[in-house]
Amino acid sequence: MSHLNIEIERLKTDTIEMWCLVISQLEKAKLAIETFDEHLANEINANEKRVDAFELKLDMDCENILALFNPLANDLRFVLSVLKINYNLERIGDYAKGITRCIKNTSEPFSKEVLRETHVISMFEIAIDMLRGTLESFESENNKNAIAVFKKDEYLDKVNSEANVVIADIIKRNPEKINDTLQLLSFIRKLERVGDQVQNIAEEIVFYIEAKVIKHSKNKKV
Amino acid sequence: MPTTIIESKDFNLFYGDFQALKNINFQAEENTVTAFIGPSGCGKSTLLRSFNRMNDLIEGVQTTGETNINGISVYDKSVDVNELRKRIGMVFQKPNPFPKSIFENVAYGLRIDGIKDKHIIEEKVVSSLKKAALWDEVKDNLKKSALALSGGQQQRLCIARALAIEPSIILMDEPASALDPISTSKIEDLIYELKKNYTIIIVTHNMQQAGRISDNTAFFYMGELIECDDTKTIFTNPSNLRTQNYITGRFG
Repeated sequence: MSHLNIEIERLKTDTIEMWCLVISQLEKAKLAIETFDEHLANEINANEKRVDAFELKLDMDCENILALFNPLANDLRFVLSVLKINYNLERIGDYAKGITRCIKNTSEPFSKEVLRETHVISMFEIAIDMLRGTLESFESENNKNAIAVFKKDEYLDKVNSEANVVIADIIKRNPEKINDTLQLLSFIRKLERVGDQVQNIAEEIVFYIEAKVIKHSKNKKV
Repeated sequence: MPTTIIESKDFNLFYGDFQALKNINFQAEENTVTAFIGPSGCGKSTLLRSFNRMNDLIEGVQTTGETNINGISVYDKSVDVNELRKRIGMVFQKPNPFPKSIFENVAYGLRIDGIKDKHIIEEKVVSSLKKAALWDEVKDNLKKSALALSGGQQQRLCIARALAIEPSIILMDEPASALDPISTSKIEDLIYELKKNYTIIIVTHNMQQAGRISDNTAFFYMGELIECDDTKTIFTNPSNLRTQNYITGRFG
């Protein structure tokens, strides 16, 4: 194995590790919302520093590979993709942290009924599934799961577009819980953004594997 | 519409029983730089040397197919090889100035060509040295021995010598491989400038150099032209797996 191959493999391993950490952050955020567990929220907060550290490390590793090895073709596309995937993963990490920060601003646990009505938990599940799918694509260098992300994101967009009406309705019924209910709106907005970040990641995977740019294209078929 | 200056059609070349080039189909347009890349022994220098029939100097060389310069077959019996080589300048890996003064090195081809007018010779020497980006460094020492110049200066002198006879094509066989980064950069800048007036083919093992200076890149492997495309495509998304494996250092 050439020196460049070793560096590329190392970069891939580290990226996958960061990916797994971010997935775990989202899973914990979901659990923290469901259980109203402040310790878990603190753990997510602490882990966010690890996500940030990963971002800096991967940036530096990409910079070094570009400067020292002048990668070309698929190697070049891989490094360019990792640079952008890294940025998007870090943003998703920020959203996970942001969601759990809201727990501290909430007076009491959310009822199962409200969580169901707002689709927050199913949004979490879809977002985590999308992120897992892109990771599988990245690991196996197979586009299939990455492409599936674009369809799944439509659910997140739909929930988000209907959120104002749903939240307004809950507030009308429970005017004493305005602040807590508005936190739910914030979760929905953040989870919708997570979906967009995962889509960006999927586009980078397609660029890496197929050398095709599908960014800003309405038709995401490859 | 770009004009095709160099063209090989179904071109084969044999060194005795060994086939060094296999069914090559290649075109170079006017005022472009084409980089030939590929592992050692793949045939890139052999093809380069077929354009000005430098391979004729090797015993047992046989060719089939066509190689045309400006639409005229270079292997046609009516072609005067000396005239052909006047139209095609060549620069080699190792700078090879003659053991003469700087001035005489550049004037050499002109004198061989029968030009005797001192003013014309002087004018062409000065203009060639300027085109080769060497004039400012040597203008006060034109009588100095060319062998006293640095490697990078010697190589630019060889380019000036090639330019003096006013070729339309310049062939370069790893012209910067023996030079330090600063001299290499000067040669690369020079190639970029020369492209405006000349069609250039360069053999190089330096992928980054090919990427920096060429418009098109041709990848050769075991005597075959595997892929020829614009340089950006070759270095970002080559269509042939062998090209990708070579440029990413996975074989060759």
